[in-house]
Amino acid sequence: MTKTIQEINEKIKKGQAVVVTAEEMIEIVRKKGEKQAAKEVDVVTTGTFGPMCSSGAYINIGHTKPKIKLGGGEVYINGVEVYAGFAAVDIYIGASSLPPDDPRNKIYPGEFRYGGGHVIEELVAGKDLVLTATTYGTDCYPSKELRTLINIRDLNEAVLFNPRNCYQNYNVAVNLSDRIIYTYMGTLKPKLGNANYCSAGQLSPLLNDPYYKTIGIGTRIFLGGGTGYIAWWGTQHNPGVQRSENGVPLSPAGTLAVIGDLKQMKPEWLRGTSMLGYGVTLTVGIGIPIPVLSEEIAYYTSVKDEEIYTQIVDYSKCYPQGISESLGQVNYAQLRSGKIRISNKEVPTGSLSSYVKAREIANILKEWIKQGKFLLTEPVEKLPQAESDYKFKPLKIREI
Amino acid sequence: MTESKVVLHFPPHLVDKPLIYKLSRDFDLEFNILKASVTPQEEGILVLELKGDDDNFQRAIAYLKENGVDVQALTQDINLNYELCTHCGLCVPICPVSALVKDGETDEVKFVKEKCIACELCVKVCPYNAIEVSLNA
Repeated sequence: MTKTIQEINEKIKKGQAVVVTAEEMIEIVRKKGEKQAAKEVDVVTTGTFGPMCSSGAYINIGHTKPKIKLGGGEVYINGVEVYAGFAAVDIYIGASSLPPDDPRNKIYPGEFRYGGGHVIEELVAGKDLVLTATTYGTDCYPSKELRTLINIRDLNEAVLFNPRNCYQNYNVAVNLSDRIIYTYMGTLKPKLGNANYCSAGQLSPLLNDPYYKTIGIGTRIFLGGGTGYIAWWGTQHNPGVQRSENGVPLSPAGTLAVIGDLKQMKPEWLRGTSMLGYGVTLTVGIGIPIPVLSEEIAYYTSVKDEEIYTQIVDYSKCYPQGISESLGQVNYAQLRSGKIRISNKEVPTGSLSSYVKAREIANILKEWIKQGKFLLTEPVEKLPQAESDYKFKPLKIREI
Repeated sequence: MTESKVVLHFPPHLVDKPLIYKLSRDFDLEFNILKASVTPQEEGILVLELKGDDDNFQRAIAYLKENGVDVQALTQDINLNYELCTHCGLCVPICPVSALVKDGETDEVKFVKEKCIACELCVKVCPYNAIEVSLNA
């Protein structure tokens, strides 16, 4: 039994498509089996809502009279440094950018209450933001200074473009040292005081399509409350890692680069995020539909937390020193239960990714598809596959 | 019956006096130490949950004041702003008294105010600034 994306889209247009979330698919496959599930279900929706540092937005603010060339100058929005190394009035707001006068970790641990992630959230919320710039003058762009309020409704383009989101599986972070540490995985108490994880597990997009059979370049997705697309594979894409029998990677693997119109998005799905002692980031809501084209896809989308394993990594020594060493593996059912066992110690777990919001995203996307507002796309190109030799390599420092 | 959380400030010369022992023996109060920072030669701070007969409670507070202890009601009031909370659960393992817990059914983070000791560890850990401290006299 196989289906095509065109056939599924015809059903969506007629309001006849059967759409379920990845959570609901688990029960359906358990009760009816993959064969029947593949016949009955057309689309499985997934979701994830976690901090994703490789995120940002590019905007075009329009030309002033007289004109100014921001490229090569210095530009700030609400005091946060933004990247201006493009043409005259194109700028990129990086999620982890900070105001120059933020004390960083000079007062340890730094609080990082405002940065690029917050600028993006406020821009999407429709707030007026203060843009200041200084630059050099040219014959064609004579102005050297700019101070103005900007608002998303007046911008020519505002586009979210994230080079790496949607990690397929992630480490569980612990601290073996005898002092508290502050990491991008949250605050880790000494001597295995807590274990923090970051994945929506059975709801997470790439864990429901472990071999990237339907998700590819050009796939239309839920992005930040609007529609977006997969632009490319994400940076650090690493499809060749070890996998379980069910195809699910046992450590961080695939990633996605995503793009979408910021003007359609909503601040509740793009949240400025402060990690104590680490920095600022952006929490991004992403939902990806998976067309149930075959029994095989039905099987993959029925994956449950008990079947998704990941590695426990020490963030006091191994992670910062680049030592790849696992303290053992746990599954997401154990992680979500609130405690896991590591070397005979019961360790409470904390999560960075919101399961509640991931579920909400999968349900919103399900409604969009059921109502015929969202059609599926055929990927225009595949992501680098598990059997390819595509790899995530470290940098070898060379003498200059 | 009175039950209240109080903050006691001891001047340095009172730090070595067994005042809390008296609260229990002479005034029959139940006490639970929520936070203690008592160092010889320095001002001491003790956050207590006190429970006992109304009359005894009043007499105990009067006794502490007579002895030079500054007594204030616990003024830090912690609240979880559910508008800002994403229910990620990063705060859950940080809370020392399980006042922040994850609901096993819904996966939502719940704030159990009665258990909160206002230690504020969660405040800076929350990535979304959703845990708010307010002053309630």
